[in-house]
Amino acid sequence: MNMTADRAVICKTLIERAKTDRDIVVLCSDSRGSASMSAFAESFPEQFIEVGIAEQNLVGIAAGLAKCGKKPFVCSPACFLSARSYEQIKIDCAYSGTNVKLVGISGGVSYGALGMSHHSLSDIAAISAIPGIKIYLPSDRFETEFLTNFLLEDTAPAYIRIGRNPVPDIYSAGYKFEKDKAVKLKSGSDIAIIVCGETVKPAYDAANLLEREGISAAVLDMYCLKPLDEKSLIETASGVKAVVTVEEHSPYGGLGSMVSAVLSKSCPKKVLSLSLPDSPVISGSSAEIFRYYGLDAEGIKASIIRLLEEL
Amino acid sequence: MNYNAFSYDLRKDVADMIYSGKGGHIGGDMSVMEILVTLYFRVMNISPDNFGSTDHDRFILSKGHCIEALYAVLAAKGFFPIDEVKKNYLRFGTEFIGHPNVKIPGIEINGGSLGHGLSVAVGMALAAKMNGSGSRVYVVMGDGELAEGQVWEAAMAASHYHLDNLCAVIDRNRLQISGSTEEVMHQENIARRWSSFGWRVIDVENGNDSDSLYRAFMRAKNNRFRPTVIIAETVKGYGSKIMENKADWHHRVPTEKEYREMISEFQKRKEACWE
Repeated sequence: MNMTADRAVICKTLIERAKTDRDIVVLCSDSRGSASMSAFAESFPEQFIEVGIAEQNLVGIAAGLAKCGKKPFVCSPACFLSARSYEQIKIDCAYSGTNVKLVGISGGVSYGALGMSHHSLSDIAAISAIPGIKIYLPSDRFETEFLTNFLLEDTAPAYIRIGRNPVPDIYSAGYKFEKDKAVKLKSGSDIAIIVCGETVKPAYDAANLLEREGISAAVLDMYCLKPLDEKSLIETASGVKAVVTVEEHSPYGGLGSMVSAVLSKSCPKKVLSLSLPDSPVISGSSAEIFRYYGLDAEGIKASIIRLLEEL
Repeated sequence: MNYNAFSYDLRKDVADMIYSGKGGHIGGDMSVMEILVTLYFRVMNISPDNFGSTDHDRFILSKGHCIEALYAVLAAKGFFPIDEVKKNYLRFGTEFIGHPNVKIPGIEINGGSLGHGLSVAVGMALAAKMNGSGSRVYVVMGDGELAEGQVWEAAMAASHYHLDNLCAVIDRNRLQISGSTEEVMHQENIARRWSSFGWRVIDVENGNDSDSLYRAFMRAKNNRFRPTVIIAETVKGYGSKIMENKADWHHRVPTEKEYREMISEFQKRKEACWE
């Protein structure tokens, strides 16, 4: 099975595009290694800006570059980028409408055992509350490549959260993604699982496990959290008994909240939100943390079976 | 043209805005006026005709609460009619709000939170270098604003990248909302602080004199390899004895009597500029 880190895909795609686009600029905050951007820095040193460990300045500089026609990609750990630079994201990017792409690397619990200072589990809640900025969580190398190319054409500010670890393929080469349209990975009639980022794979695996037990689960990859693809969500939810969201985020203000808000208004269903807890997160690798909180395939499967029994 | 005299005309516009809109930061508007007039009318290549192109000079009012002074200057420069500002400033639903926003012609970036402007200016100066453009970038900060840590992050980056196309101006009026800048957060040896960060420092003893400021901007233009900071010693509330050097005029709205007195004093001082 192929395993590729999304950060490596962003770097490769930007290198390819920068060959013919001198306006692409990558900015890092002493994070070029962890962002896998060293190859870009070496290939296009005149289009790479090192800002040092100064995230507020990092985002402000990117906004200034964008005002002058550049296409800045800011690559910095999601935990710092989404919190330390929050006001710069709000005022200099979103309110000012500057074409800044914020790539939150090592998102969620990627840095698991480094502790909660390094987790980004409130980034979706915080950034989605700012008007004028888009949010994306791709799930594999193909979706990440599509998204990077799309973001180079789109001029709105956006926050993209990716994980640190190599992830398995979900799609295949040549898959035709559509911009701001969720991908229905699997159809189903009992339950709909709505996911994004690194929870797509375990949810998809859970759906296959459930199928063996006679439970039909749809899986919707909501890589575009903002603007949320409400149409696909309602379509998917309308044909099932209940909806489950799975996310690498706090229980507040993330995918579960967004899905509940849409469905309660337009397609009332029971919604079970699986997430990380509103309490100190246990330390360990991403996989260990996912398993502990029931966000791996077996955990998702067990939660869905319980949910269906309760209905 | 007598730019000091002209600045008094724009002070009247600011007083009109604040008196009728019932809000604003009049003290800083008055201290920064000659800095803005000198930049927009004598130094910068920027006009309604070239704004939005790739090679005009760039300006950021980082001390964004002094937007009334910038509205007056942009109107005088032809970006929009001054009557439109006076009629709408701070009114329900207006775009002429109390801080810079990009919906207003001539404004590059939203403001309102201190300490952001220099970073954005660094990005603009880097872009100008990358594009091989001769455009220069100017940013005006308040002295109280220098307590924001982000200012020094940006100061580091500007000298690291040898941004000699970047010129910062400190409106050194020595007062902030709570009182003396030296009492709120001591910052004497301000020039040494900037020079230790690798900047060229130019002191302007009378930052409310356009000719003195103009000479400083011309020296900054000839500077190579380093960014320049102009420390303009100004007077908060400059233009009327009612307000001058009084911290409570940071954002006070004049009474009718005070308004009439300050307008009258602006006129007298304007006439004195010709003597």
